[in-house]
Amino acid sequence: MKYLDEYRDAALVRKVADELQRITTQPHTLMEVCGGQTHTIVRFGLDQLLPPAVELIHGPGCPVCVTPIEIIDQAIDLASRPEITFCSFGDMLRVPGSQRDLLSVKAAGGHVQMVYSPLDAVRLAREQPERQVIFFAVGFETTAPVNALAVRQAAQLGLDNFSLLVSHVLVPPAIEALLNSPDCRVQGFLAAGHVCTIMGCEEYQPLAEKFRVPIVVTGFEPLDILQGVLMAVRQREQGRSEVENQYTRSVRDEGNRAAQDLIRDVFEVVPRRWRGIGDIPRSGLGLTPAYRNYDAVHKFTLNTEQVAENSGECISGLILLGQKKPHECPAFGTRCTPQRPLGAPMVSSEGACAAYYRYRM
Amino acid sequence: MCLAVPGKIISIHGEDLLTRTGRVDFDGVIKEVSLAATPEATAGHYVLVHAGLAISIVDETEARQTLEYLQQIDELNNELGGS
Ligand code: SF4
Repeated sequence: MKYLDEYRDAALVRKVADELQRITTQPHTLMEVCGGQTHTIVRFGLDQLLPPAVELIHGPGCPVCVTPIEIIDQAIDLASRPEITFCSFGDMLRVPGSQRDLLSVKAAGGHVQMVYSPLDAVRLAREQPERQVIFFAVGFETTAPVNALAVRQAAQLGLDNFSLLVSHVLVPPAIEALLNSPDCRVQGFLAAGHVCTIMGCEEYQPLAEKFRVPIVVTGFEPLDILQGVLMAVRQREQGRSEVENQYTRSVRDEGNRAAQDLIRDVFEVVPRRWRGIGDIPRSGLGLTPAYRNYDAVHKFTLNTEQVAENSGECISGLILLGQKKPHECPAFGTRCTPQRPLGAPMVSSEGACAAYYRYRM
Repeated sequence: MCLAVPGKIISIHGEDLLTRTGRVDFDGVIKEVSLAATPEATAGHYVLVHAGLAISIVDETEARQTLEYLQQIDELNNELGGS
């Protein structure tokens, strides 16, 4: 087993799709939370294999898309300073700030470095003691342990030239905000398998009970997603609303304790603003006071005021809340393309607009 | 961004929990990966790797059971008398 190809087997995909046809007797509107799942669904055309009564709507699980514009502007400010090497995952470089993006800073000679891991940024800080190295710590619970580890390693090495610009977000508060919105059509969720690999399944229990929705923790390969849909539909057909785990090869009920310890040591829960969505209480992570010296916002003088989102044509908020699909945006594919993005969902590999552009144009 | 890729640990280096790493084979591409969140991982294990950190050890038994279950979906229905 390699844990990849087996979950793309066409004959098995067909079997699960047939089973879905067989058990579906009423409409079901389900949301896949994670942008990685959206990508698999659009890439493999899984939505087209479902019975017409089953609709998948795409959720807010794209960290790049929900990073507030003022934090992108802070990143651009920092990256423009000559003494700073600004490190980031590649996805963030083309996200428009209020004036420009990180890529244009790089083109103008700024030290913007694409890295694969925050641990690479720690290595860079060690090799270049004369420079300030900052890592753009963006992500959901999945990415929090490795960012926490980077801070712990920097502390262990006694580095005083490494820090994080943090914009971490949490999934359960976003699901709750979504379910509380009066326009919410979602009747069941595929929860994000890698977020739950870290955090476990327990924090979804109160949501399933309070809002009477099935929540199925689901993986990322085509068969994982179809099975996740099948489990959610079966629950609804049987009148159940429980937390179930499809992704058992990676997700344990209690999650990954060692990873949680790393997070708890370095981060604390804070309020966070989501681009396109707004303020959600207790929906983010920030560094604890003990690690303040590793917080770029504390270390460098930065403008922390809110910046108005350039509303314009981009309807990314409606896309992120699942209220509109990308092709319903008037700019989609014409004035907004991956080469000239108007909004973050067209930039990120996990953005719904980018997925539709790539596979549905 | 939450992408995590499965790979097989070939060898392990270091004792210290924060800096322990493994060389991981991703279908022919070898990378050095932190094992700080999977202290029980040993050579031969498959791990899911996200941004340079192994976030879980893939449970082989569970993986097999999922596939076997899916294989048998239609047979189960036939045994239960179809429909
Ligand atoms: S297609 Fe472009 S402009 Fe429209 S919502 Fe998506 S990112 Fe925004």
